Amino acid sequence: MANKKESTFINMVVALLIVTLVAATTLGFVYEFTKAPIALAKLNKKLNAIKLVVPEFTNNPDSIKYEIPVEGGLPVMAYPAYNNEELVGTAIETYTMKGFSGLIKLMVGLAPDGTIHSVSVLEHKETPGLGTHMSDEWYINQYKGKNPGTDNLKVKKDMGEIDAITAATISSRAFSDAVQKAYDAYVNYNIEPESAVVDSTLNTQKEGGENESAN
Amino acid sequence: MSQLTNFTKGLLKENPVFVLLLGLCPTLGVTTTAFNGLGMGLATTFVLVMSNMVVSLVKSGIPDKVRIPAFIVIIASFVTVVELTMQAYLPSLFESLGLFIPLIVVNCVVLGRAEAFASKNNVGSSIIDGLGMGIGFSLALTLLGAIREFLGTGEVFGLQIFDSSYGMIVFILNPGAFIVLGYLILVVNRLNKA
Repeated sequence: MANKKESTFINMVVALLIVTLVAATTLGFVYEFTKAPIALAKLNKKLNAIKLVVPEFTNNPDSIKYEIPVEGGLPVMAYPAYNNEELVGTAIETYTMKGFSGLIKLMVGLAPDGTIHSVSVLEHKETPGLGTHMSDEWYINQYKGKNPGTDNLKVKKDMGEIDAITAATISSRAFSDAVQKAYDAYVNYNIEPESAVVDSTLNTQKEGGENESAN
Repeated sequence: MSQLTNFTKGLLKENPVFVLLLGLCPTLGVTTTAFNGLGMGLATTFVLVMSNMVVSLVKSGIPDKVRIPAFIVIIASFVTVVELTMQAYLPSLFESLGLFIPLIVVNCVVLGRAEAFASKNNVGSSIIDGLGMGIGFSLALTLLGAIREFLGTGEVFGLQIFDSSYGMIVFILNPGAFIVLGYLILVVNRLNKA
């Protein structure tokens, strides 16, 4: 072994100073170098998720996003998708804390009348092999074309229309909860004078209450 | 010690997971699938090799009393490099490993090898030691992940082998990690004695 530097005060301070300086400089360079790819990866992920859930669009939904406040929780983010000036759908980045392992984030694509176009899963910590099946096509297909205002999005166990994932009822309930939250937020934000919409808002408020007691 | 035994000791005889029982927190936490196990193993291997190399390079310049903080700073830097790079170029793997990437810093395999090996040996041996230990760690995690994934969901690396409805859920959940790890330790120790 090479002879070590003695543990004098000066030696210790100098050694630690050099080590931390070099480390900090290296990290600064790596951060600068990866900053752009990380931002790009995040944006691409978001745009891909939006593409999956709304019809074809020509604008950049990320540049005209807006926030919708949610009662008793964090706001959800809405990304309107336009195809040549015409609103073809709005992607809502929604969430729920009711998952088996907490937070689940979904991107829900709603047609202008509130009908679900499609849903994609952004983030979750559910059990692999159980709750992770929420990304499966057969499960998400159940939500497509439904309007949460008139259709009951709860799982069959709770008298709804959705087949829950086997052994993952809690994840399925959470999924429905997040989709419902997206719809409620969207409808509340864009209150339109159509009678059907007024009706459905009443409905969803009632359902929201039941949902909480059921859980 | 020849360089070959230096390398192979990490694979079986001194396997960090099965024999030294180091770094069990990420071992139990991320091995729900073989792919996650492999990803975590490779990330740790990179940190191990780099930190072993640097620690062995600077060992004579670092006074004994402050060696642990100095090693931790070196290790933490490499972990952050891995974290940023993975986030930039492998975002999906980064998401599934999540919290466990920053936790490589406190993985005792890494600090353990820096302290027990790299601070006493030359650069070449230290790199080989890190590589052997890292590959042993990756093998252990991948094996554990593959067994748990297979028993729990009927898949290995996402490849369906039997229908997932026959899967035993307990193996994907935390208790399954302990059960499988226990049996693997049994098998490896039996092999080592033979």
